[in-house]
Amino acid sequence: MEIKSPGFLASIKAILWKDIAIEWRSRQMLSAMMIFALLVILIFNFALELDARARINVTAGVLWATFAFAGTLGLNRSMAIEKEGDALDGLLLAPIDRSTIYFGKLLGNLLFMFVVELITLPVYSVLYNVNLFNAGLLLVIVLGSLGYAAVGTLLASMAVQARTRDLLLPVLLFPVVIPALVAAIRASSGFLSGLEVEFIMPSLNLLIAYDLVMLALAYMFFDFVIEE
Amino acid sequence: MKNDYLDETPQLLKVLNWISVLLLLIASWMVFFYAPLEAVMGQVQRVFYFHVAAGWLGMAAFFVAVVAGIAYLIRRTAKWDVLGVAAVELGLIYMFVNIVSGSIWARPAWNSWWTWDPRLVTATVMELVYLAYLMLRQGIEEPERRARFGAVYAILGFATVPLTFFSIRIWRTIHPVVIGSGDAGAKGSFEMTSTMLQTFMFSLATFTVLGIVLLWHRYRLGKLEAQVEEMRMEALDY
Repeated sequence: MEIKSPGFLASIKAILWKDIAIEWRSRQMLSAMMIFALLVILIFNFALELDARARINVTAGVLWATFAFAGTLGLNRSMAIEKEGDALDGLLLAPIDRSTIYFGKLLGNLLFMFVVELITLPVYSVLYNVNLFNAGLLLVIVLGSLGYAAVGTLLASMAVQARTRDLLLPVLLFPVVIPALVAAIRASSGFLSGLEVEFIMPSLNLLIAYDLVMLALAYMFFDFVIEE
Repeated sequence: MKNDYLDETPQLLKVLNWISVLLLLIASWMVFFYAPLEAVMGQVQRVFYFHVAAGWLGMAAFFVAVVAGIAYLIRRTAKWDVLGVAAVELGLIYMFVNIVSGSIWARPAWNSWWTWDPRLVTATVMELVYLAYLMLRQGIEEPERRARFGAVYAILGFATVPLTFFSIRIWRTIHPVVIGSGDAGAKGSFEMTSTMLQTFMFSLATFTVLGIVLLWHRYRLGKLEAQVEEMRMEALDY
């Protein structure tokens, strides 16, 4: 009997849906990420003495550091659940294009990052009395998180297969994600301080270039990373 | 399986060993005695010759690692992996020499050991990427998977290098560009005289030869390592 493969989009959707369902039932990862994000902000508050004057300059940096740290928790967890009970082997046996596994996991990771970000932003706004609901900033957050999750999903699926596992992910991820973080911080602080768009464009362009390069490379490499 | 341990050192490599020693001696002599004293910065400018040569070699070594990585992913033969690790380890050392010698120069020239200039940051981030590469390899026992992941990470890491550079570049740079046109804000730039240029070119050539010799040695060592590992695996199987 010939097994009919579901379409490209249908497989991505199935994998994404599976991750959402798992998370919905346990809510382990999201609650850990969220509490962690709040803790990071709390620590920055005392580390940097976020008084009214300092706040304007460092808000973008604090936000991105928070997202980056909380993001590694989610990435580690999202691949660890595939390793438990050899769930990944099951996915590999499915008659689907393997890159759909990558895109499914990527969308899941991205979604969880967005949820954490959407909750962090208003909390930060309330705590420090700054208005963070700025269309430009939201655009930067979407682009920056996409780049972060694109390379993070690939590296997490590598790290999870190593002996050192969750120890390894931040070490692998942070040096290669620096350009995205630098560009995202610059663009975010540009939008927050009301800079004219022409001065923010170089950072935004770099961020878009980073996203495209990383998506392309991850698409190419994912097969090599999960082949058994 | 072929258990030839380490085959005889090739004749060419033996000759190159001595040539590189000789070249290094001549290059050091040129740096200290042949090249003139730079008018503004004085003796410390002499760091420049080996500083740039080491940086060039570091970049070249990481590039070799990328080529080896691509070749490994296509061919899947262990020798490309051995070449990749060899290149990364050497690249780490050259880049370290580059960063430290630059720092020694920067103290008198910029009045600070360190600035957050694109070149400095890029060199450092590159160093971190390839340290992470070594950590990744340490975490994986199975040789084939280790080689595969290593190749992927070496290529991915190198692809981010220009992006890192441009992301920092958005700030103005103060690093001098001695060859080609420099930034107006660069500090510590100078015009090379012809003897300076000769010394510089000679240092580049010397470091290139030295780089090839060391890479070759490290490659042979890597092959020996692979044999040892293979024998250990076999012994464990019994």
